[in-house]
Amino acid sequence: MSGTKGLTSWLTTTDHKRIGLLYFWTAFVFFLIGGLEALIIRAQLARPGNTVVSAETFNQLFTMHGTTMIFLALMPLSAAFFNYIVPLQIGARDVAFPRLNAFSYWAFVLGGLFLNASWLLPNHPVPDAGWFGYANLTSREFSPGPNIDFWLLGLQILGVASLAAGFNFIVTILNLRAPGMKMMRLPVFSWMTLVTSFLIITAFPVVTVALVLLMFDRFFGTHFYLASAGGDPVLWQHLFWIFGHPEVYILILPAMGIISEVLPTFARKPLFGYTVVVYSGVLIGFMGWGVWSHHMFSVGLGPIADSVFSGTTMLIAVPTGVKIFNWLATLWGGQIRATSALHFAVGFIALFTIGGLSGVMHASPPADLQQTDTYFVVAHIHYVLFGGTVFGLFAGMYYWWPKMTGRLLGERLGKLHFWLMFVGMNLAFFPMHFIGLLGMPRRIYTYAPELGVAKLNLVSTVGAFLIGVSILVFLFNAWRTRKRGKVAGNDPWGGATLEWTIPSPPPPHNFDVIPTVASRLPRWSMTQLKAIPEGAELEKPHAPAGSWWPLVAACGLPVLALAPLTHTLWVAFLGAAILITGIYRWAFEPFEV
Amino acid sequence: MRESPAGEHAPPHPTAGVYLRVAAVLVILTVIEVGVFYVPAFHPVLVPTLLILSALKFTLVVMFYMHLKMDSRFFTFLFGGPLLLALVMTVGLMFLFGAFVLKR
Amino acid sequence: MAHAAAAHHTSLGLDSRKMAFWAFIGSECLLFASLISTYLIYKGRSLVGPYPHDILNIPFTSISTFDLLMSSLMMVLALAAVQRGDLKWAKVWLFLTALLGIFFLAGQVYEFTSFVHEGLTLQRNLFGASFFVLTGTHGAHVTVGVIWILTLWSRALRGKLGKANALTVEICGLYWHFVDVVWIVIFTVVYLIQ
Repeated sequence: MSGTKGLTSWLTTTDHKRIGLLYFWTAFVFFLIGGLEALIIRAQLARPGNTVVSAETFNQLFTMHGTTMIFLALMPLSAAFFNYIVPLQIGARDVAFPRLNAFSYWAFVLGGLFLNASWLLPNHPVPDAGWFGYANLTSREFSPGPNIDFWLLGLQILGVASLAAGFNFIVTILNLRAPGMKMMRLPVFSWMTLVTSFLIITAFPVVTVALVLLMFDRFFGTHFYLASAGGDPVLWQHLFWIFGHPEVYILILPAMGIISEVLPTFARKPLFGYTVVVYSGVLIGFMGWGVWSHHMFSVGLGPIADSVFSGTTMLIAVPTGVKIFNWLATLWGGQIRATSALHFAVGFIALFTIGGLSGVMHASPPADLQQTDTYFVVAHIHYVLFGGTVFGLFAGMYYWWPKMTGRLLGERLGKLHFWLMFVGMNLAFFPMHFIGLLGMPRRIYTYAPELGVAKLNLVSTVGAFLIGVSILVFLFNAWRTRKRGKVAGNDPWGGATLEWTIPSPPPPHNFDVIPTVASRLPRWSMTQLKAIPEGAELEKPHAPAGSWWPLVAACGLPVLALAPLTHTLWVAFLGAAILITGIYRWAFEPFEV
Repeated sequence: MRESPAGEHAPPHPTAGVYLRVAAVLVILTVIEVGVFYVPAFHPVLVPTLLILSALKFTLVVMFYMHLKMDSRFFTFLFGGPLLLALVMTVGLMFLFGAFVLKR
Repeated sequence: MAHAAAAHHTSLGLDSRKMAFWAFIGSECLLFASLISTYLIYKGRSLVGPYPHDILNIPFTSISTFDLLMSSLMMVLALAAVQRGDLKWAKVWLFLTALLGIFFLAGQVYEFTSFVHEGLTLQRNLFGASFFVLTGTHGAHVTVGVIWILTLWSRALRGKLGKANALTVEICGLYWHFVDVVWIVIFTVVYLIQ
């Protein structure tokens, strides 16, 4: 059913490479939308007493900027690479459950559209209580409109998408490895994908419950988060951050995985301390569960809770720091080729370290009492998420673009992109450390000149727009590369891992013959390189079968979500019917990978 | 790596007799649980007794009916890890909300 | 039904679908733990009654618990029948499992409606809210399970549930037993430990 051309082939695709590309382009569009929201925020804050947007719109902008960037841009961009690259790195033909993979993508798109549909309604009832939606601001009493409903329903749809992907990648990485690909020979990016997937399947259920309880408060009159009936708004904070802290590791581990591939390739040296890097990643995953209340130091949890979480938070800096030393040691003494990808990877190390330092400062409750809810935290999160995750993702883009498209991104434009983005990012976010300590709170739509932060805010705004320019450079590079980019062979970089053994882009079935792996660096190891053995059965080139049912089933979710939004019960039945029909037809459909 | 053809299990299945005996034990444990609830003499140790009894029932169902005892240890890890996490989270939350203070 | 995931050999020698399902069950532990935590946190914090000791009916719920335990037995006997290719008994045990599941649900409906009549609603107090959401979520899971089992039963009726399909029955069984195990916890933590 799924040929290779035409809209139908894309709507029914179950090929991990196509799904990876779909994730990439969709997520990049959301990244641009989130970026636009940021630019408007920065325009508003460029001067004290500015009037670019109203206070209400400003609240919507920072809420959607955070929600979009985290759930619709950064996570799906990581997912784009999980999808495209992990099966190639482990020597598989596809993921364990290709239709479930497609379902994840469609649920993601529909969830993202659902959330953003609020912009299009009259009076744009866009979510406006922050990306973390604290109770009881989110109660029906204080948020009477549908804004928060869009938020809590949209996030539940997205949660389903992420969970499905989590299960898929766990099984894929554990069960579909090529012969000889022992776990300790797995590329670090695939390892980090595995750890991230475990974090997803354990953390998302908790936020799902938090959102469901909020939904019951808003639609069915319960009082889970309402003090008037004995409830506790702090319960929301606990449930949210039990999810929220693992979530930030979900955001950073894939990028750490990417640079663990990029650095060795362009230093022409194996990753220093592979075992330690892998174990550190796993340890970060586990320890990430023990730190959540460091987001709540100002809530009044008491000295025991504060001390415990302060301790665990400081401890988690250890495996993180260990990785940084290993990355530096990888570069040390290597034959450095300063490609754009490497620029972004090195930028990651520097910027993420700065973010880590401000993070450790937050780990002390007395210090955090001054820093929390100020721009100091905004500085921290953007150093780790922009300097960290975004730079890491761009490193991945420049590294794997030739594999995914068959053409190399231009290096000169790539470096221009890097420098503009690097300078822009530091101009935008470094002043925020000072702005915060000088007393400017987060999430305020304007500030008084007397606060003395006007000049720094202006600098920050300039930096933000410079980032915008750098993205335009990247987009120009990407567009130009389509026709004028240098054609990449199998292995333009001299990479060590299996994805570089096959054509760029790979054929539908990936490997003509599934390789047998004898080392951690199959392409660099002299014992590894074998010609295709005599008499080996070559896989006939074929496109994997497609299916409509993942798309159909995914469509059931936003319809279900419309029911509470429109206060109509029959819509819920319709949504359930679509979902169940999709699932049944999917279950009974003959399907071969 | 080992092959695992569809529909074949390497370890032998428990017999119906084992299942019936497990069911009998489950019933007996439930009766004891309800008994402990109603007999006032047990009330000082109500909570730990009930927790232990229900943990036993839980373990029996998981090990025998869900076949975990006979299956690969890896499944035990896949289930046990998140289960442990869930328990720690529950106890942590209870502590944070004042469940384990001596005086209220 | 094609079994693509099982047809190829796998790195750990384990069936991919079974692995995915155990991961799913692990994930569900976190879901139910969050709901149970909420219930436990709010125990004793309701400002008004009815309170648990006013309204929970231990004898009735003991029968529900017994019902669900027996349904797990039926399920595992159904699986054994499918594994030995015994279509006749597979039909019997699957039907009985579903029937016991339906009895459980009927019991829940009865319990919920009688609680509402006695004044315990979602909105009434924290006990009502946390109790109904927790047991309601569990009940929704039971409902999905019953539909799944009846689907397998209908396939058995059409002679389409042979030895080769044992894995799908096993996975359905894993789900069903898990739902039972969650009830074991709820019965203890909500009903018996007041």
